[in-house]
Amino acid sequence: MLKLNSKTQDAVLFYALRFISLTVIGLLLFIMYVLLKAAWPSITHNGLSFIVKKEWNPVEDQYGALPFIFGTLVTSFIAVLIATPVSILVALFISEYLPKSISRIISLLVEMVAAIPSIVFGLWGIFYLSPFVKLTLAPFLKTYFGYIPFFEGPSFGIGIITASLVLAIMIVPTISSICRSIFELIPAHQKEASYALGSTKYEMIKMAVLTPSVSGISSAVVLGLGRALGETMAVTMLIGNSPLISKSIFAPAATMASVMANEYTDASSPLHVASLCYIALLLFFITFLSNLFAKSIVKNFSKIG
Amino acid sequence: MKLNYRLVRAIKNRLFKATIILSAVVVLVPLFMIIQFVFIQGVSSLNLSFFTEIPKPVGEIGGGMKHAILGTIYIVMLGALIAVPIGVTCGIYLCEFSKSKLSKTLKLTVDLMSGIPSIVIGIFAYLMVVVPLKSFSALAGGVALSIIMLPIIIKTSEEILKLVPNHIREAGLALGLPRWKVILFIILKGSVSNLLTGIILAISRAAGETAPLLFTAFGNMYLSFNLKEPMATLPVQIYTYAISPFKDWQRQAWAGAFVLMVLILTMNLFARFVLTKIKDKKGY
Repeated sequence: MLKLNSKTQDAVLFYALRFISLTVIGLLLFIMYVLLKAAWPSITHNGLSFIVKKEWNPVEDQYGALPFIFGTLVTSFIAVLIATPVSILVALFISEYLPKSISRIISLLVEMVAAIPSIVFGLWGIFYLSPFVKLTLAPFLKTYFGYIPFFEGPSFGIGIITASLVLAIMIVPTISSICRSIFELIPAHQKEASYALGSTKYEMIKMAVLTPSVSGISSAVVLGLGRALGETMAVTMLIGNSPLISKSIFAPAATMASVMANEYTDASSPLHVASLCYIALLLFFITFLSNLFAKSIVKNFSKIG
Repeated sequence: MKLNYRLVRAIKNRLFKATIILSAVVVLVPLFMIIQFVFIQGVSSLNLSFFTEIPKPVGEIGGGMKHAILGTIYIVMLGALIAVPIGVTCGIYLCEFSKSKLSKTLKLTVDLMSGIPSIVIGIFAYLMVVVPLKSFSALAGGVALSIIMLPIIIKTSEEILKLVPNHIREAGLALGLPRWKVILFIILKGSVSNLLTGIILAISRAAGETAPLLFTAFGNMYLSFNLKEPMATLPVQIYTYAISPFKDWQRQAWAGAFVLMVLILTMNLFARFVLTKIKDKKGY
């Protein structure tokens, strides 16, 4: 029988672990390669102008990704715009204003909301949020702010604003729980120092809590943005799925994720399939970049702190 | 003048407090209302046949989602079967050899991987499994879910193994054990239950995923345990029923959402509870 001394045994272990780790790294590269290969016919056919072409017409085999990029960016942007201030306020409320025992329970509940699957949000959106938008929110906005072009046109209950609202609800728990953990990292003596200077609680929060957390908060926001960009089901169920670019936030639209979910199984022409893969590749890179960005913020943050 | 300034500051302080409390209530109440809404709708739509029957033909009232519940368990287990060994191994590597260059690359990979939109993973699994086998299959769904679980398992197992204090490693090495025995029989064996918690967390995340299953496991209307055939899952079934025009199907979608949510929240709460307990008594 072959007998190995312990040094060789460890070398075997080391290389086995290394091999598995390399496999996982390889998997990520392989995913990129497979997507690139599947998208290649569309890349050679459309080139980079795919990104700026407005036409998406499977019947005539015309493909351009602009409506979907527009839909993804606009819905995520509105969602982040709504969710960011709200999440910061909620995080402050939980970490600074609530007694410890209650704040634990509340923050646990908030994190539970983050664990709810997106299909449940979609279902809730169809039966609750979309009638709300159609019957309450849209008439209200039209009556008071109807002169702003964003609020033009009829609302069918599903459209950009409904999808953005559901996205905002979905990313509030993410952003606020990261913000809360950042606020809790702030040493007590820093807050006490601020109090010792005679500041009120508001001034203390501004000086000792918010200012040093700026980069942490921004990375939380970028992470929330990443989640919104890739979110599929809830958006697919609520955005209306038509590749349009319109001014009104009540209009139906489509996002990069939703067009994949809707058309991928039915796509018949090879160019259609390749174009959907091209969109997948673009979405992959957009989320990739936003994650890298969030990571680089955290890195700079930890260097200073 | 001085007094006036103080007053302004005091008012600002009060205003800020009021804004925060108000906005927190305005946000938190609807968030919890979603849970409550699904509970109310779900409980009132739930009945025994939901768990014991498979769907009736279109238009007929009744039937249930037994096939989808079992399908979800089947596919998630399949995904875990692929992801757990690889994930825990990578966790060991990250924890034990954290200073190597490969470790840093792996960490970055894990971060990037957890950010990939699940629908893109679905397309990848479609291209890799469905196209060569020429059929939607449970296997493809399992592969897609395993890629979703992988980064979560790697991250949590690394964190859990890091909690094992160094002196325990050193004690093992001082006995003259080779490193692999220390890892396998001391570090891993002592953390098995904690690792399981991390795995449950990953499973709870994967169980709710719909997008990657749309064109991998695809879904069907009957009970099937064939690896190479399409298989129904709870999230996809909810999606199909939710966008259908039939009232009875919509009712079942609510019941399905309720069951799925209870399933996931229970797993999630359990895992969190155990994990915080572990972290509280850190250092043995």
